[in-house]
Amino acid sequence: MSALRVSIDSDVCIGAGQCALTAPSVFDQDDDGFGLVRPGREDGGGDALVKEAARACPVQAITVEED
Amino acid sequence: MTDTGTQSTTSSAPSFPSDRTCPYQPPAGHQDLAARGPLTRVTLYDGRGVWLVTGHTEARALLTDPRVSSNRQNPAFPVLAPRAENQASVVIPLLGVDDPEHARQRRMLIPRFSLKRAAAMRPRIQALVDGLIDTMLAKGDSAELVSAYALPVPSMVICTLLGIPYDDHDFFEACSRRMLAAPTAAESTAARDDLRDYLHRLVDRKEAEPGDGLLDELIADRLADGQVDRDELVMMALLLLVAGHETTSNMIALGVYTLLEHPDELAALRADPALMPGAVEELLRFLSIADGLIRVATEDIEIGGRTVRTGDGIMIGTSVVNRDAAAYADPEALDVRRSARHHVAFGYGVHQCLGQNLARAEMEIALSTLFTRIPGLRLAVAPGEVPVKPGDTLQGLFALPVAW
Repeated sequence: MSALRVSIDSDVCIGAGQCALTAPSVFDQDDDGFGLVRPGREDGGGDALVKEAARACPVQAITVEED
Repeated sequence: MTDTGTQSTTSSAPSFPSDRTCPYQPPAGHQDLAARGPLTRVTLYDGRGVWLVTGHTEARALLTDPRVSSNRQNPAFPVLAPRAENQASVVIPLLGVDDPEHARQRRMLIPRFSLKRAAAMRPRIQALVDGLIDTMLAKGDSAELVSAYALPVPSMVICTLLGIPYDDHDFFEACSRRMLAAPTAAESTAARDDLRDYLHRLVDRKEAEPGDGLLDELIADRLADGQVDRDELVMMALLLLVAGHETTSNMIALGVYTLLEHPDELAALRADPALMPGAVEELLRFLSIADGLIRVATEDIEIGGRTVRTGDGIMIGTSVVNRDAAAYADPEALDVRRSARHHVAFGYGVHQCLGQNLARAEMEIALSTLFTRIPGLRLAVAPGEVPVKPGDTLQGLFALPVAW
């Protein structure tokens, strides 16, 4: 599996938590409830659910780029 | 004949919404409409023609399209039932406004509705649920499950979260029911005003004697420095209170009924409790209790081979969208093992349900604990005798007589 670059646009995030629910090894929510990529997991960590999580985001705040 | 977005035009398209006959199936009429394409014309009770969206791809596209508005102050905003004829008379925060106003309001609330906060509520939810079951078991071998369980669980939870005294539940539950089910706008408005007055008095009291709920936090952090004004705060509280107990109570009662009517799925869940989170997702998809999300177009939009014009009303038929064969294999089957991800039962786009993580926790705990602690649970009436709510409000059951 090729390496990914995963990021969240925090200006767009509405804190629904779909990313952290779908792929908790890569995504989390900060203390304010906004989505974040876990430190060290910006490459997706090989988690097959990263793209599912991006699709689950109701506001398309997640970008998954393939290197 | 060409339909336009103006309310004076009388449409000849099929009427919408219809009532469900089976409480867990979309109305037969809606399924037929889906066969006409992902967007089709329907007629509301007042004679107005609007778009009904039944395609999964089209629903998600429109719910995230900035040209699609939730602003109920827009005179072209569709009216679903007579009770909503006064919908522009007050601004409903969050669900009735667009960004940036919506984003400002939502951002005040997001921290309290995160996955972690919902997880932290679980022990409390479990204790409430166990207490209610203790009471049911102590009273005998039968119960009316809506009033004994499905309604008190979310009602107690949202009271705890907001900091509203649960002792007042008879009052606010009755107001919510009248607001959402009254036959006329006058009655619905009167119920809303009663609830608003109650919450104004509660906010006054809390200013003098702060507690530890979300309302207390908002009063201390946002009202004091003018980030939110008193009326807006009260209307946010009203929305959270009503949305927090009405929706989840319908899901719990309907979820219990649906599982009792699908004994193989219930047996699978009992054999493997780890299936419960996925089962809740599947029940959300299958039941789609908020069946008809309302929007208005603010610009022309080309979608699904049709042109939605500025001012056109849009209804997202969630129960049909969530059974789109392009999105789900064997969509008519309840399958607790499927991945029901990407359903639109909580909506989609910026307005997607704020309380969804709390709702999931409540449903998981309420369903698993009930079926574990009362293994002999069964319907106490014939399935066809369970009273089903009408199609123009949140879907659910008025009562659910059970025995064990």
